[in-house]
Amino acid sequence: MAIWLTEKSRVIVQGMTGSEGQRHTRRMVASGTDVVGGVNPRKAGTDVDGIPVFATVSEAMTETGADVSVVFVPPAFTRDASIEAVDAGIPLLVVITEGIPVQDTAYFYNYAREQSATRIIGPNCPGLISPGKSNAGIIPADITKPGRIGLVSKSGTLTYQMMYELRDIGFSTCVGIGGDPVVGTTHIDCLAAFQDDAETDAIVMIGEIGGDAEERAAEFIKANVTKPVVGYVAGFTAPEGKTMGHAGAIVSGSSGTAQAKKEALEAVGVRVGKTPSETASLMREILTGK
Amino acid sequence: MDLYEWQAKELLAKHGVPTTKQVVVTTPEQARAAAEQLGGGPVMVKAQVKTGGRGKAGGVKFAPTADDAEKHARAILGMDIKGHTVHSVLISQAADIGTEYYLSFLLDRTNRAYLAMCSAEGGMEIEELAVEKPHALARVAIDPVAGVDRAKAEEIAVQANLPEAIRDQAVDVIVKLWDVFTGEEATLVEVNPLVRTPDDQVLALDGKVTLDDNADFRHEDVHATYRDMSATDPLEVRAKEKNLNYVKLDGQVGIIGNGAGLVMSTLDVVAYAGEKHSVKPANFLDIGGGASAEVMANGLEIILSDPSVRSVFVNVFGGITSCDAVANGIVSALSLLEGRGEQLTRPLVVRLDGNNAAEGRRILTERAHELIEQVDTMDGAAQRAAELAAAGQGNGAA
Repeated sequence: MAIWLTEKSRVIVQGMTGSEGQRHTRRMVASGTDVVGGVNPRKAGTDVDGIPVFATVSEAMTETGADVSVVFVPPAFTRDASIEAVDAGIPLLVVITEGIPVQDTAYFYNYAREQSATRIIGPNCPGLISPGKSNAGIIPADITKPGRIGLVSKSGTLTYQMMYELRDIGFSTCVGIGGDPVVGTTHIDCLAAFQDDAETDAIVMIGEIGGDAEERAAEFIKANVTKPVVGYVAGFTAPEGKTMGHAGAIVSGSSGTAQAKKEALEAVGVRVGKTPSETASLMREILTGK
Repeated sequence: MDLYEWQAKELLAKHGVPTTKQVVVTTPEQARAAAEQLGGGPVMVKAQVKTGGRGKAGGVKFAPTADDAEKHARAILGMDIKGHTVHSVLISQAADIGTEYYLSFLLDRTNRAYLAMCSAEGGMEIEELAVEKPHALARVAIDPVAGVDRAKAEEIAVQANLPEAIRDQAVDVIVKLWDVFTGEEATLVEVNPLVRTPDDQVLALDGKVTLDDNADFRHEDVHATYRDMSATDPLEVRAKEKNLNYVKLDGQVGIIGNGAGLVMSTLDVVAYAGEKHSVKPANFLDIGGGASAEVMANGLEIILSDPSVRSVFVNVFGGITSCDAVANGIVSALSLLEGRGEQLTRPLVVRLDGNNAAEGRRILTERAHELIEQVDTMDGAAQRAAELAAAGQGNGAA
């Protein structure tokens, strides 16, 4: 099963003809993803490595039966590209682009919520991978293997670090939800999907400073998640009022601190590692008893 | 980016929100001239710092005459308010205050939408207001797709119990403040206080605006003009010029890594490892994906120009980035530094893992620089960098 992305997923790439789009299309194909098309209104009729480029998302879906779109277009155009995909009724929209104005994201997220059943992942995220099945985004496929851990993280590199640390056990699906203040898919959405996924036995949840998503995830775990969850939170040493790389990673006054998030998770029985490696060890202990 | 009050009020005025006339100055003499220009008083003299609690700190004074404005400006300029030095003061026309209200629009991260907050009982900070008079604080959810029209503004004014006599004016102000929020791409616009004068004028007496840095590209004019380099650490300014994502901290272990989450995590792991050595991380520096030699050299240069740095920890997990490219980056960075007549003067602890890590490690081993040490794990490398920083601090090495 895995969540949202399986071996049956048919993926198109919006912005496939750009340098990032091409590079990552090749990487996705190399990791076994069924990339069936690209979208660029000015390059329709051409191809990238034999993969056809269409003028619109709608046309690409009709021609190929695509059910996932990965967006690599520049920040200034991401809002319109996302709305186009939502209007076309794409079930899963993965927005990789970093640096999108938050009012654009707030608009297309709410537009999608009101208009359609499209699930948006990101923006400013590495995408998601179901190892051995499909890879939608920029997550490196060869650092881990298929297995039964579900992973949800705000951070790309911490996702990779954790996938690598636990490569001996392997993952069902890893979702990078992104580091922006507004993202389409939250920790809670992923926890709910992993709880319902027959191929996931345990969950690693990685958070970071800013907002209250981790605190709300803790409440959700208490009420709804019976599978073991191990947590990690980055940013204990972040000073108040400074944005730490990710647009959403900021402690405002006394809210959004790593300490508060850790305490919220521990209060509902989630074991929280002090370092990524310790977090991986906690998960290994749960699943293998070692 | 948080704006100063004078900048926020400038944006309010630009969008037609009624406010008081103002001049921002940096000397007591200019304060006198400004007060005279505004009619000779009475005026308010207000410290311009990006923090709350200015009034309680003595940074906001009423000046009946231009003499008083000069006197107050002299006292306020140079004052320290919660760690912020006052470099400028705002001279603004004093208004007769009848009643004080509160009004704001902000990004609501939790609901992934916007929130309007409004209260007929203003005159205190929003945090206090929310605790002391929660019943009087209207919170109205704003759908980012629908936005705020006159009807929505009316709803906000009614829920906040703003009096009938000034309701129409208040609705005007609410609509115009929404224009500020969307037109300037803010994540917060706040007017506190919004006042009703004895002759039933509605005026914004203070403003607070946070602009979305991601929207800078659409607002070169306003966002660039208001960017305040003077209030930022000089190393942060230099890093920004080189497009590096750098935040200065007050420790001794310089940090370079790839990816915001991993770098934040690296700071934490160094902080734990440093506890028993009394050393802390010196900075946040994310070189992002695909670190070129030049980016690595620029990063090292910034970090090494921080005199408190005693060791540097380079922590890279090769996801898309290939570790051999990172290792080549470090080697070229050494050459680049030498080419600039500089050299590595403090030890570098490098941890490479992930994509092509073996080749990356081999490249660094071959370079065999006496100040570069490799450690296999992130936790172990953090430990080593902390030890080296403590040792460097002990013998005062530069």
